[in-house]
Amino acid sequence: MSEFFLIIISAIFVNNIVLAQFLGICPFLGVSNKLSTATGMSGAVCFVITLATVVTYLVNQYLLVPFKLEFLQTIAFILVIAALVQLVEIVLKKISPSLYQALGIFLPLITTNCAVLGVAITVVTKQFTFSGGEPHLFNLGEATIYAFATSLGYALAMVLFAGIREHLALNNVPKSFKGLPIALITVSIMAMAFLGFSGMVK
Amino acid sequence: MAASSSLKNMALCLTGVCLVCSAILGGVYVLTQEPIARAEKANLQASLSQVIPDGYEISIEPVYREMDGARYECYNAAGAGENEVATAVKSTVNGFGGPLTVLVGVTSDGCVYAAKVLSHSETPGLGAKCSEAASHFVQQFSRFDPSQKSLKVKKDGGDIDAITASTITSRAYALAVENAVKLMKEDSYE
Amino acid sequence: MSKLGLITKGFIKENPTFVLVLGMCPTLATTTSAVNGLEMGLATMFVLILSNIVISLVAPIVPDKVHIPVYIVIIATFVTVLQLLMQAFVPEVYKTLGLFIPLIVVNCIVLGRAEAFANKNTVLDSALDGIGIGIGFTLSLTVIGIIREILGSGSVFGAKFIPGDGVLAFVMAPGAFLVLGYLMVLFNKFAKK
Repeated sequence: MSEFFLIIISAIFVNNIVLAQFLGICPFLGVSNKLSTATGMSGAVCFVITLATVVTYLVNQYLLVPFKLEFLQTIAFILVIAALVQLVEIVLKKISPSLYQALGIFLPLITTNCAVLGVAITVVTKQFTFSGGEPHLFNLGEATIYAFATSLGYALAMVLFAGIREHLALNNVPKSFKGLPIALITVSIMAMAFLGFSGMVK
Repeated sequence: MAASSSLKNMALCLTGVCLVCSAILGGVYVLTQEPIARAEKANLQASLSQVIPDGYEISIEPVYREMDGARYECYNAAGAGENEVATAVKSTVNGFGGPLTVLVGVTSDGCVYAAKVLSHSETPGLGAKCSEAASHFVQQFSRFDPSQKSLKVKKDGGDIDAITASTITSRAYALAVENAVKLMKEDSYE
Repeated sequence: MSKLGLITKGFIKENPTFVLVLGMCPTLATTTSAVNGLEMGLATMFVLILSNIVISLVAPIVPDKVHIPVYIVIIATFVTVLQLLMQAFVPEVYKTLGLFIPLIVVNCIVLGRAEAFANKNTVLDSALDGIGIGIGFTLSLTVIGIIREILGSGSVFGAKFIPGDGVLAFVMAPGAFLVLGYLMVLFNKFAKK
């Protein structure tokens, strides 16, 4: 149990996917102008990252590894993710129009969100250790937890940032700093704050 | 411009593209398989030769040893003399930013010949100094005799000078070396 | 547009990093030093040129509704080819850039150029566009890398000229965002007029 807890804390705070690993920056900067859209996007990302990681993990474990096709990993993963996003969109439209209303417009954007592919590749290649000795790979349970926690970290960074940006928009910023530059400098300060978490999980 | 879409030509087109691409990839994979294997072997050999004394015959076939339920990847080497053997142990511990893997060369008298970081995710500029072979921190593990000195950082009452502002990394590194030494010690009693 | 113009527009006018603001992830993650930035830029350029060429060739025969999946497959193929070649011949570089090599697949620059340029232009123009944008991207990454390396470790391309440690924050995550932010300010002020 404590191992799961370690994975969760380190994925959300210590190795925050946006502020420490630089994944999914484009949508992070792109749709964080308003708190409401940022929340919607975060929800969609959480859902897709977790689902996509489970599916790609299984594809890797039961298709690519047994047939020694690991070199097709990149191409297989991106296709699985693209198909999955389409599928989620169709299913969501049919069974839950209200959820589709909230998340729908973000779904097509997610295929090219590098956070999804990044996490999918990380869980099948990342080695880790709890007690010393030979490092091992994630099993399915740990992979799922890791993916979900990572996406929560994404949501956290996104929502915090959107909140700051809403205030930023009301302020008088020098002309050359308007828009992205001041946003980037804000992220920099956030990243500095998150550095304080490093070393917390040992 | 783009052709009009019908179910037939869409399916045909996607299948065609996938087939051609997989064929290309298969070809490149076969062509690069040998250079990749060679590069990995050269890399391993270069690392091993840094932690094993000169003139030793290194076997690049891994052997596995166990201690406290954890498995360690080891590489044996034999010198010219009768009892001259050495082993390189791949020892992984948790560092400051993630797993820290150290290759530790242990000679038959239980001394550390040298140690070298294989992979780490420590803070650049701080903990990452543990991968600089020429630094004082790394050098102090060369020809280290654990029966004379203690493999703990000075803060914990040992003899290891920690990297400035990176006690956790230094502690982890020392622990990785200590585990390797312990592993080889246990092994020699069997 | 002249052939030369196709190449040079990527440097300033349509600079992928500072003007189009595409491909932010590798821009921030791999520019801890000048060499790393340069290598990442070259790797992306390799994929960009080849995918631009092939996509401009196949665009007329690909049905409209499936063009995105087809482009992604083509790009992913070149990325995998690059991964295999790098593992074989420059394993050290591959290890440093790590995850960000496979992530070229989802780099918006590559798919963006395929959509915006390669699928409606000739092979030669698409190749030149790939070279131009590729050089622009490489330049931006190298510049960010140089600045972060000077401030963070007091060296340029590994050659140390300031003794001591430098401001470590610039090699870490916050420095990446900060340097990019301030460079964009300068770009807005002087180049965008």
